Parts: sequence; C-alpha cells; structure tokens
Amino acid sequence: MLASLAGYLGDLDRAEEAAQEAFAIAAARWPETGAPDNPAAWLVTTARNRAIDRIRRERTLAEKLHLLPAPEATMDEFDDTVIKDERLGLIFTCCHPALALEGQVALTLRALGGLETADIARAFLVSEETMKRRLTRAKAKIKAAGIPFAVPDERLLPDRLDAVLAIIYLIYNEGYSGRVDLGAEAIRLGRVLAALLDDQPEVHGLVALMLIHQARQAARFDGDDLVLLEDQDRSLWDGTLLAAGRAELNRAIELGGGGPYVLQAAIASLQTRERIDWPRVAGLYRRLAELTGSPVVELNRAVALAQAGDPAAALSAVDRLDLDGYLYFHSTRGELLRRLGRDAEAGAAYRRALDLATTTPERRFLTRRLEEL
Amino acid sequence: MQYALMFYAEPGHEAELSDAERAAVRAEYEALRGDRRFLSGAQLQPAETATSVRVAGGRTLLTDGPFADTKEVLGGICLIEAANLDEAIELAAAIPVARHGGVVEVRPLVGLR
Repeated sequence: MLASLAGYLGDLDRAEEAAQEAFAIAAARWPETGAPDNPAAWLVTTARNRAIDRIRRERTLAEKLHLLPAPEATMDEFDDTVIKDERLGLIFTCCHPALALEGQVALTLRALGGLETADIARAFLVSEETMKRRLTRAKAKIKAAGIPFAVPDERLLPDRLDAVLAIIYLIYNEGYSGRVDLGAEAIRLGRVLAALLDDQPEVHGLVALMLIHQARQAARFDGDDLVLLEDQDRSLWDGTLLAAGRAELNRAIELGGGGPYVLQAAIASLQTRERIDWPRVAGLYRRLAELTGSPVVELNRAVALAQAGDPAAALSAVDRLDLDGYLYFHSTRGELLRRLGRDAEAGAAYRRALDLATTTPERRFLTRRLEEL
Repeated sequence: MQYALMFYAEPGHEAELSDAERAAVRAEYEALRGDRRFLSGAQLQPAETATSVRVAGGRTLLTDGPFADTKEVLGGICLIEAANLDEAIELAAAIPVARHGGVVEVRPLVGLR
C-alpha cells in the first residue's frame, strides 16, 4: 500500500501520512458499515484522495497540483501488475546507490520492512534521533535530487539489482540484535523480491543462500563457542528452511544462474550434504574467485582443497595470498600446517590469528586450537 | 528537473591522450551539446587564471587562484533537463572526464517559481 502511494505521490512522507489517515477512517467507519468488498483497494483509493485533498488545502504548495494526474483514482486501476511495479519501484528507490549506504539500509527496513524507527535504531546500536536523521536525510535527497520511484530500465537493471541484493544481504549479515531479527527480515524482503522478479536467478540465489545459512543458525554456536561446520550437530539444523533454500537454488539453476549469489548458495548447499563433495566445492570457489577476484574466496577455495585431501596444495595456494591483516588467513594457515605436522609453524600462525581476534568466541576457539597442538 | 553537471579533473589530465583520442573526446562533448536535454554549458580556462572575490567591510578583497585549492579543479559546467536523477546520471557518466580519472558532480537546481 505504501509502495503504491509513494509511486503515485512521488513522496514517501506524504504516502505515510495518507496511509495513516486512511487506516484511521477505516477504523472509525468499518465497524458500523462493515468492510468494503476490496479493503486494500478501498484503503489505497481513500489514502490517495486524502493526499490530494491535503495537497489542495496547502495553498502555498498549490503549484504541486499539476504534478498529480488529473483523473481521480478508480478501483479498477488496482490490478496486480500496477501494485507489483509500484512495490518494485519502491525497492529500487530505497536501495538507490545515490543514497548513503546507511540511509539505504534504514529506508529499506522502514519503508519495505515496516519496522519502527526505534527498532531500526536499536538494531544498529544508534540512538533513535540519529536513525530519524538518517531517514530524513535519505527521504529529503530522494525528493530534492529527483530519484525516481520506478523500476530501472533494462540497461540499468543489472547494476541496480546488484545494489538491491547487496543491501538485503547486508541486512541479513547484521543478523540478530536485540528485539529485531534482521536475518528473518532480510529473508522476507528477499522472498518478496524473488516473487516480483521471478526470472532473475541471482535473486533466487540470494534467497537460497540466506535460507541455507539460516537453517544452520542454531548449530553455529555451542553456548558462546563457535562450532565448525564439520562439528555441527545436524539435528539442530532446520529441515524446512534447508528444503526451502534448496528449492530456491534449483529455481536459480533452472534459470541458468551462475552469478556470485547462486555460486555461494550452491557451495552452502553442498556443505549441508551428508558426505560433502569437496572437489566440487573447490571448483565452485574457483568460479567464484574468477568472478569476484576476491582473495578471501581464494582462501576458502584452499580450505576446500585441503578437505578434498590435499593440504600441501592448499597451503601453497594460501601462501600466495596477501591477507596478512586477516584473522582467517592465519587461522587457516595454522590449521593446514598442523595437518602437515609442522606444529611449531602452526603455533606461530595461531598466535598471529589470536592477536587479530576481536570477539570472545573467536579468541576461545583459537586458544583451544593452540592447546591441542 | 534541471541539474548542473560539474566537471572536476586534475589539470593536464588529457595530456597523455593521443591526437586521435583527443579528437574523439572533443566529438563527445560536441555530441553532448547536440543532446536535446542539454540546456547550456561552458568550459573554464585553467585554475591559474581564476580570481577569488569577497567583500568585507565594504572593501572588495581579491585572491589569486580558485576558491578551493584542491588537486582536482572545476573545469567546466553544464546545465541539463532530465526526467529524473537516473537520466542525469546517465548523461554524467557519458562525459569523457568521468572515465579519464575525473569526477562529474550532479546537483539538482533550485526550481524557479
């Protein structure tokens, strides 16, 4: 409803205001008259008409009237495609790369997730005032700079879709904090996007990736301690989420997907199998490294090589990487050196990792590894 | 909506271009002038030719050089009419300076009432 109004009015604040007004009228009227046949369409029409009335009343802003299409909204405008395009348009507006990243995240959660400003503030550990300012700044720029409420045309779509997916994944990775489960929220947003852009494999890939991660969430920690994939208690995995994730992955592959999110989801899916096909995992990491050029992906490929039974090849791949400031570079080297029986060097690598560790679970994990040498 | 596109680049950024490349760049600026969305524009003389003017206590004070002494300097400006920011960005991205190490800043103009 908000999407429809924002698309129509070209203004998020006005859309929010009008929606609230329409709900208030409904709350007063429906108990007596009964709800109309199509409550959603009624609400949108009422909100639109209220917004137009309000704009007319604001005499100083009277010139804005010409921005509104003349005919009053009618019920039959609200077929599914209209709503669909308006919702999509709002997603692309909130995740427009001309907005500051933190503004994109906040706006996406507020306008699309429907979270309260106070909850978003809590999730990102900032004051409500700060979050309010972020939202205000983002909304003001949308208006002043003319960021469109529309789905980008075909030439722009790939880049802009990447930006939207990156915001959703960023929200997912903020994870669970306080009262707001951002992981679940990100999955919900991803599913909405997948329904709206059903023919885009990367959208399904991202949803698959988040679902498969989410399925393993309960097994990732034992109390405060990190549990490695191979040691996780599989009975704690959520089978429903896992199946849903695999279904999304299959859809992405059917569509010919092979982008970064599809590859990551395919890797995550292989890693949930009873017997993990490590050579295949290493192959997928190779393709992902080619696409992203990321040394961290190379590091993961090396881990897969070691799991496939070749720690020496893995170590020489790791030693080619320039990742000295990265904790997992050193912990991976430590693990590979340990497997090769080079305990003294392994100890040095684990100690270097320990220097870089910032969280208690990481530190505890590395200390245990050192003691086991 | 109307936007200003402001071109910033390091002085002499075109020095490494071959004659053919320079001719191609000139042709691109000509094409921009021919675009229906182009309103007006100007290329600026080098920053060394700038004079900064301010008035304090009724006296006009002059300083040699541009207002901000930065590595990249304002080299040109153009005004365009675009449907929205996406269209303005598309025009900005097609300006040669944007891919030759410079930056094009896009700013909406205050509407005239």
